[in-house]
Amino acid sequence: MTLAATLARARSANDWNLLVDAMPFARFLDLRVAVEREEFVCTLPFDPQLIGNPRLPALHGGATGGFLECAGLLYLGWARGGERWATTIDLQVDYLRSGQPRDTHAGVVVVKQGRRLANLRVEAWQTRRDEPIALAQFHFLLNE
Amino acid sequence: MELGSPEELATRWVPFAHVAAYGRALGLSAVDVSPAWCVARLAYDERWVLDASTGVMHGAVITGMLDTLFGFSINVKLGRLQPMVTVDLRVDHLKPPAPGRDLLGGAVCYSMTDEFAFVRGAAYHDSPDDPVATGVGLFMFTDKAAGKPR
Repeated sequence: MTLAATLARARSANDWNLLVDAMPFARFLDLRVAVEREEFVCTLPFDPQLIGNPRLPALHGGATGGFLECAGLLYLGWARGGERWATTIDLQVDYLRSGQPRDTHAGVVVVKQGRRLANLRVEAWQTRRDEPIALAQFHFLLNE
Repeated sequence: MELGSPEELATRWVPFAHVAAYGRALGLSAVDVSPAWCVARLAYDERWVLDASTGVMHGAVITGMLDTLFGFSINVKLGRLQPMVTVDLRVDHLKPPAPGRDLLGGAVCYSMTDEFAFVRGAAYHDSPDDPVATGVGLFMFTDKAAGKPR
């Protein structure tokens, strides 16, 4: 199924988890997408394979960073639709707190959206939204 | 924990990489282990894809490979396993990876203090001079005064 068809189905069913089915790596991470009162939240369920440091234990920085990228792309799919996912051009991730072995959530702030380029800030948190574990900034090229 | 010679390191890469479960999940394998440039292979897999209709690999997988390699390149430079955390990562995606092809990742720890390690690297198919993505990172040692090479 094309992305556009998946989006239409997700919208009519009001089931945004269907978006994940159109992104194989997001499916590998078993991501969940929920929209409540127009607010988009993506969740990375904890899985032992996401651990980077077994001593702490803590989530792998690459797993957290990759999750935030998926969240940004899924957000653009939800907010804009389109025939194809956006293309990631660059990113910066700041790791603020150690990721605990529990579910992680991500929220998106659109800093600027132009015709071709979107600048998104994506935050990851676990227990409290005002205590983010990571902050990422992305430039995404918007495809037709 | 001492890591031994580069040759030993190469053969011991797989269990080392598997200290981090996420490196095991991505199936990273060693190609070359040297303090000047550590190289690992990320085998193409349909699970690593952004869009099944194009088969292009997801940028998130490249971030995972680079972060793993960055940590490894720091340990190789130190000659021992040293607990650390990622402070920040920056990745530039210069062009889409070719569908169906494995990716190589290379990384070097180019500067180190008692507390921090600075790393850079790239993801490519054939040569680091023709990368699909480049990255830099800052890591912090979680044991104080750990960064002195032996």
